[in-house]
Amino acid sequence: MHGLDLNMLEWARAQFAMTALFHFFFVPFTLGMSFLVAFFETIYVKTGKKEWKEITQFWQTLFGINFALGLATGIIHEFEFGTNWSTYSWVVGDLFGAPLAVEGIVAFFMEATFAAISFFGWKRVSKSVHLASTWLLAIGSNLSALWILIANGFMQHPSNEFGFFNIETSRLEMTDFWALITQPVAQIKFLHTITASYTLSSLFVLGISSLYLLRKKHVDFAKKSAAVAAAFGLIASIFTAVIGDEHAYEVTNTQPTKIAAAEGLYVGEKGASIVAFGIPKNLPARDVTSNDEAFVFKIELPKMLSLLGKRDPNAYVPGLKDLIEGNPEYGIWPLKKLAQIGAEAREDLRKYHEAKKAGDVEAMKAAKEDFYKVVWSDPKTGLKITKADLIGYGFFKNVDNLDLIHPPVPTVFYAFHIMVGLGFWFIIIFVAAWLKIIKNAYENATLLQKLAVISVPLPWIATSFGWMTAEIGRQPWTVFGVLPTPESVTPIALQNVQATFFMFLTAFVILGIAELKILFTVVKSGPKGAH
Amino acid sequence: MNATTWAPITVDATHFYLQVYFWIIVAVLGGLFLLMTFVQGGQTLFHTAKDETEEKAILNSLGRKWELTFTTLVLFGGALYAAFPLFYSVSFGGAYWVWMLILFAFVLQAVSYEYMNKPNNLIGKNAYKFFLYFNGVVGIVLIGAAVGTFFTGSNFTYDPVTRVLHWGTAPDGINLRGLEAAIDFKHGAWFNLAMGILLFAMARILGALWLINDIDNNEFPELIDRLRNIVKRCFVVLLVALLVVLYGLLTMKGYAYNIHDPAGKVYLEDSKYLHNLLSFGAIPLILFLVGLVLYVYGVFVTLKGSNRGIWPAGIGTVLIGIIVFVIAGLFGTPFYPSYADLQSSLTIQNSSGSKYTLEVMAWVSVAVPFVLGYIAYVWYQMKKDGPITKEEIADPESHAY
Ligand code: HDD
Ligand code: HEM
Ligand code: HEM
Repeated sequence: MHGLDLNMLEWARAQFAMTALFHFFFVPFTLGMSFLVAFFETIYVKTGKKEWKEITQFWQTLFGINFALGLATGIIHEFEFGTNWSTYSWVVGDLFGAPLAVEGIVAFFMEATFAAISFFGWKRVSKSVHLASTWLLAIGSNLSALWILIANGFMQHPSNEFGFFNIETSRLEMTDFWALITQPVAQIKFLHTITASYTLSSLFVLGISSLYLLRKKHVDFAKKSAAVAAAFGLIASIFTAVIGDEHAYEVTNTQPTKIAAAEGLYVGEKGASIVAFGIPKNLPARDVTSNDEAFVFKIELPKMLSLLGKRDPNAYVPGLKDLIEGNPEYGIWPLKKLAQIGAEAREDLRKYHEAKKAGDVEAMKAAKEDFYKVVWSDPKTGLKITKADLIGYGFFKNVDNLDLIHPPVPTVFYAFHIMVGLGFWFIIIFVAAWLKIIKNAYENATLLQKLAVISVPLPWIATSFGWMTAEIGRQPWTVFGVLPTPESVTPIALQNVQATFFMFLTAFVILGIAELKILFTVVKSGPKGAH
Repeated sequence: MNATTWAPITVDATHFYLQVYFWIIVAVLGGLFLLMTFVQGGQTLFHTAKDETEEKAILNSLGRKWELTFTTLVLFGGALYAAFPLFYSVSFGGAYWVWMLILFAFVLQAVSYEYMNKPNNLIGKNAYKFFLYFNGVVGIVLIGAAVGTFFTGSNFTYDPVTRVLHWGTAPDGINLRGLEAAIDFKHGAWFNLAMGILLFAMARILGALWLINDIDNNEFPELIDRLRNIVKRCFVVLLVALLVVLYGLLTMKGYAYNIHDPAGKVYLEDSKYLHNLLSFGAIPLILFLVGLVLYVYGVFVTLKGSNRGIWPAGIGTVLIGIIVFVIAGLFGTPFYPSYADLQSSLTIQNSSGSKYTLEVMAWVSVAVPFVLGYIAYVWYQMKKDGPITKEEIADPESHAY
């Protein structure tokens, strides 16, 4: 790129990460709480009991406070693709913009429209119209998660099944919409994310209810809320883990650099193990000769990575070193070779457009043929890789530090492991709570109540770390293997990006604190004073 | 820098019709957004409330609709992204500060309704009220000015092969990453500003008309009177801004290209936008005038004491909005022209997604009538019991703000 300011790139990334993390502070609460409110209201409508209406309205108030900031942070997120990632937006607009637009049409309007009834229609519409609206609000929010995760799934795993690089327009274009929306990476991402969100909001309701029980306040209210939350949370937390495992399988098979970084695997192994606990060092891959020296200390679960990632305890999982230097035994090409082919593809693209300008049809044809030449085909599946598919690697032709091809190991390692560890903790909490509740003994289980209260912030840590695993783990690509991050960014002077970074940071911090203060005030005053 | 002409023209007829179709969708969304800016306009009318209850009446009336406006803006962005990704890339990445400030204004809006009257809200009620004013004034004027640049042009060059966008390349232009649209009078800042003010006056009048309709006239007679006064005063501003805009539209040299020219060469044409209004048997002109008449009619009946002015004025607004976008992008008009380099100008044909993507999206657009349908249904459900009353505002069970 022409004199791209790398410092600016870092700021643009920081800005994006900041908005994303802020947005996802509010989103999982919306996704789960909208359903919990719908459950509460359904019980109210079925039983006709006033106390369930009170429960519904209390949690709905908390939901509304959170919802507002979800919208505020979401709109920036969407437009930032244009302002800060404009090259990205043009190159992948077809594959990425389409799901985003569908999200707007089928999800956001549903959310916004029915939210109006659900919040303000208590006295204006019939009970059944109101209940239906509350459900539609929940479904709408979750549909918006589906579509945005389809878009993100494409970035994690672009595939020839739904798109290709068009030499004519030098863009990635869509070939199969259905394949795009049904691709497993996106679907699993969706399921994992929504179940994680249900876990988060269930733990919130359980925790706040436990707080009331500990203080002997609003006891009936708290017991009822806790029962629903524990049931929902139990199912959700187990699903989160099960689908998380499925997620790890997808990642192992589509993004080898990410899983290697997440497990600190430098040297590929047959029967690779999972690090249960460990402190990784931050080493360049070329200096590492064994996986043991990459850790200060670690406790391993042998063969588990191969088992979970490849469904075979003895399967080979490549390490970062193999992915850089290549490993002929397992058919892994060195990065240098990929970069060479990518650079050739770029040259073909340039030649093609030069010939087109000159009106030289022959030369155009030749360049095009070369561009789409198959460089590898899988003897088993028949899958073909063309030069065009590797065009992104051309970026690394002139890069000296080949370690740039993978994400920073410690960051991704910690983010991933803390998320998974917390996942097991949530299951323990919910199982314990559920067992007490069915025995009608939760009211006096003070230790468990205390644990639930302390655990309320933890799912936010887990979800943020999940995204850091996913997004930092994808580096240095915005579209994995196809579009490098430095080639996605808007060329603009550093000061602009810095200024907007602080502008939004200030707004988010102030509004975030305001949100928490209001939330705490409502929680403190309890269900009766909810308004 | 002299970018070479690139061959942007779609050869495929179906592709071209899809591009036109999507531009019309963008125009309709633009028109609907313009209508929904009554929320922003209303936000600049809090000072007409003389006591707490009046203020809450305004807050609750607008508070039930702001999200719809917000979402229309989001969808407007999403539709442009999917259908005309190069516009998304060039305009948002180029006119960086215009969009960032607009976004900022909407971020502040999104929390204000919910937090304004909540206890312990950190920065106090007046701060949130200020945010709503800020959104209503700065947000709307900037959006108006940004639409103005669809006619006056922007300061950029774009090279489609290297995909390099340069903003601020005109030797006699000013480069403030988009904000120059408001101060560079050599390049039509007067027109952009007039557009901004026009939009603002329209929104404010619509806001007042909406409140007059949505708040119980018998319980709040003084508030309603004050709102009528606002309509009268803003109408004067609106007329002045409208005259400037119309003068500009009808007399300025417009950007043009021939949709059948495979090179898609862009040139300047005298009275281009007048020609656009007169094309297709002057249907655009007629619709525009119908819209204008409806709008003015809505204002007049309101001044005469009716509380239903919002309906004709609202429909008029949508029509005006649609026509403004239609003449900006159809009939061989580059909708995002560059005065730095004519050939870098964006047309619906050189900035769109692939044919396949547009086809898919055309199928998805079948959902639009359903969406409009349930929005209308919900709107009706919420309004059928009459306007907002003092009782409702005071009732804790109706989740009033
Ligand atoms: C309450 C939150 C939570 C919990 C307990 C877990 N996750 Fe998770 N995880 C998420 C919240 C999350 C997330 C925020 O929803 C992410 C970020 C991106 C995504 O799709 O989901 C995610 C991403 C994510 C990824 C990265 C996928 C990618 O690169 O796209 C993997 C491999 C896992 N998860 C696996 C697990 C496993 C094996 C867990 C075992 C218990 C687990 N997660 C618990
Ligand atoms: C880059 C990614 C994202 C972008 C561009 C984005 C964009 C947006 C926008 C524009 C809004 C406001 C919508 C409105 O006007 O109603 C929004 C809200 C929302 N988004 Fe995102 N979003 C992103 C990531 C996500 C993710 C990952 C999820 C869920 C998994 C999600 C779920 C939601 C939900 C549920 C809302 C609605 C309400 C709320 O919480 O207030 N978004 N988003
Ligand atoms: C709301 C949940 C999300 C969170 C918390 C999140 C987090 C992050 C983080 C931490 C980064 C910075 C990575 C780095 O610079 O090393 C990032 C970058 C990015 N993410 Fe996400 N992300 C979210 C959702 C999404 C979604 C749904 C999309 C796409 C649909 C997306 C697209 C991007 C892009 C384009 C970048 C910038 C380029 C890059 O650094 O790769 N993000 N995100």
